[in-house]
Amino acid sequence: MSMDSLRETFFAECEDLIESLTENLDLVASHECDTETINAIFRAVHSIKGAAGAFGFNDLVDFAHHYETTLDLIRSDQLEISSDVLRLIVRSSDNLAELVDCSRTEGSPVPDATEGLIAELIQISGGSQEDASSEEEFVFTPIAAMAIEIDTDPVDGFEISFKPQPSLYMSGHDPFRLLTALNRLGKLTVECVTGDLPSLDAFDFDNSYLAWSVVLHETDDEDAVREVFQFVEGHCEIEITPIAADTSATDLPEPLEAMEPLAVPEESKAKPAEKPTPVQSTKPAKSAQSTQTVQSTLRVDPERVDRLINSVGELIINHAVIDRNLKESGLVSNSEITTALDDYGTLAREIQEGVMAIRAQPVKSLFQRMGRVVREAGEATGKKVSFVTEGETTEIDKTMLERLADPLTHMLRNAVDHGIEVPAKRQEAGKLEEGTVRLSAAHRSGHVMIEIVDDGAGLNRDKLLEKAIEKGIITTDAKLSEPEIYALLFAPGFSTAESVTNLSGRGVGMDVVKTAITSLGGKVGITSSPGEGSTFTISLPLTLAVLDGMIVEVGSETMVLPLSSIVETIRPDASDIQEVTPGEWVLSVRGTFVPVVNLNALMGLQQTQEEDKNRVFVLIDANDATIAVSVDAIQDQRQVVIKSLKGNYGAITGIAAATILGDGNIALIVDTEALGGLAASRRAA
Amino acid sequence: MTKKTVLVIDDSRTIRRLVSQTLSDGGFDSVTAEDGALGVAAFQEARFDAVITDINMPNLDGFGVLEAIRTGASNRKVPILVLTTESSQEFKDKARGLGATGWIVKPFDDKQLIEILSLVTGADAA
Repeated sequence: MSMDSLRETFFAECEDLIESLTENLDLVASHECDTETINAIFRAVHSIKGAAGAFGFNDLVDFAHHYETTLDLIRSDQLEISSDVLRLIVRSSDNLAELVDCSRTEGSPVPDATEGLIAELIQISGGSQEDASSEEEFVFTPIAAMAIEIDTDPVDGFEISFKPQPSLYMSGHDPFRLLTALNRLGKLTVECVTGDLPSLDAFDFDNSYLAWSVVLHETDDEDAVREVFQFVEGHCEIEITPIAADTSATDLPEPLEAMEPLAVPEESKAKPAEKPTPVQSTKPAKSAQSTQTVQSTLRVDPERVDRLINSVGELIINHAVIDRNLKESGLVSNSEITTALDDYGTLAREIQEGVMAIRAQPVKSLFQRMGRVVREAGEATGKKVSFVTEGETTEIDKTMLERLADPLTHMLRNAVDHGIEVPAKRQEAGKLEEGTVRLSAAHRSGHVMIEIVDDGAGLNRDKLLEKAIEKGIITTDAKLSEPEIYALLFAPGFSTAESVTNLSGRGVGMDVVKTAITSLGGKVGITSSPGEGSTFTISLPLTLAVLDGMIVEVGSETMVLPLSSIVETIRPDASDIQEVTPGEWVLSVRGTFVPVVNLNALMGLQQTQEEDKNRVFVLIDANDATIAVSVDAIQDQRQVVIKSLKGNYGAITGIAAATILGDGNIALIVDTEALGGLAASRRAA
Repeated sequence: MTKKTVLVIDDSRTIRRLVSQTLSDGGFDSVTAEDGALGVAAFQEARFDAVITDINMPNLDGFGVLEAIRTGASNRKVPILVLTTESSQEFKDKARGLGATGWIVKPFDDKQLIEILSLVTGADAA
């Protein structure tokens, strides 16, 4: 097990702890907390602090320490949870989460808020917080800090007299083990002093009657000797005397004599070890906890799951290969072997779904993190925002979950910054002072829909247009439909804020959001009504590993068009295709004109069907606009396993990924979202 | 010599892994439990040569673990080490009063953990 994997464990645990921290803080905020809630909050912070120390994340340890001290005061009823205190501990939890993130990426700076929060935490705890460093006092500093001053004479060993008290035996100590440890330090002579042993009828099992007299030669390390006895201090009488090197052996005191001063203390003689055995006062866990259902989970290295997913992918390809070979061999379609193969296909797909389910995780943790984003954005802009989440149990692929964090953060910041109005403006408009941002997730027909809804001012179409013209994104005479106007938001370099605030104007625009979502095979849509707010809808595939695709022929190549973006396929009449300007064609579809993208030309491939009228047109919904992609022929429609090109080859505009077909050939998967832009840039070139 | 088996009770799975790893490197076997109640239950299930316990845990804290284990007369001899971030004398006195054999302060040093464990269990230092 490497340190890396331990770190992974640590960060995974931190995520869980922060999730429970957030949950419990929510309970506190809604006044539904009991002492166990506070205890759980304390423990979460305490655990993070404890484990962070092992990795040397000192900033994290330091902050957690101050946070913990404040929580400890709350826990012990010395600090009441006023609204100020609540705000502070919620913000501290956010900061703690950020510090954990910072620790993950080495060298990233400590969040700005950290210092201020520490100061506030100290202040709110009545300034009683001592400096964290005082805790660093290490127990292993040798107890014998005051080494007995010996002359310049070298030391050749020690005389040790050792008389355990009864408590020593009650605490898991064993004189034999101590003597064994001493034996490792040098040459040991041990004598047991049995003089105190009573007669059998007076013998008390719980008392201590034996003492030892020890001479240890061939060592001069007094610290090491004292370390052996570090834990029995107070459980015994002990005397350690160095022996000078020049002392001749005959001068060694008689061991028994050495024991003389070691009279057993009066009290322990009179009262033979009557330490009452503590009654077990701890009842089985409190109701709140005992009723908690223990969710049995299995932690698996994601790499193993990925390997499994890959194998299942191969299995599906393998099924396609057999299927194809069988068909080519001319077997009748209802033969036993084809039925068996069908079963094989069904099973393979079942396994695939099962494996995908392992990777699926509820969006809850992500949504909770987003609560923090909205709170911060609200504070930074001085707006009152309540954050509502729905469908937290909706499950999506883990990788997708991870890669959604950034785009969602950005969109939520935008929703607060640009969507929700300042309280005064909201009042004017007759709305509640507090705006609402709702984040929801739901499964819909093979997709995951994530919606971000704000009840703010809505998008201002005129302003969007004005800005787009000003930025040179569109021309003044452009006639755009409503979705097209909203889609301008996603154009590179577009920002709608009247002034770029440091909140959402962090150099990334909505175009980055769009790219991130598209790279996940998803789509973003916007609806908005003035004065009532806006809705951003993200639609994502259930998995990143397979794709429902349409297999098409483009010249000598086979390519795949993602089924999710296909509207319909058309084999039009020749009259429906018209050349507008040289090289630019449109297709008439039931009265509207759709721009044509010739995939052969775009990909630099020969056309097998020279005549355009013999070609097949696939209507594709890309960027809220429809384009007609013309290909030579349509082969099939089926699931394909996505093989990334980025890692193996490099990113290519217009190509999303590749797949392996049933015949073992490689087919490129077309990035439909990029087609329109790619065609436009080709024309311009 | 047969390996000594140590019961590790800590609610942090990072610490559990760290300690188990350190123990295994140091020639000890370990069994882990994720809170005090489970720890005491595990203790009653099998024979252990030593126990390492955290203090701050849900469902019975480390002090409770000490009490519960030391209550059984036959369990007095089992060394129990407290693994904690606390290092105050008051805390040590409390742990000692409840029968703790020794204590180790987090973050712990691998070598020292093994040395101390060897000391209290009488195992050969690895």
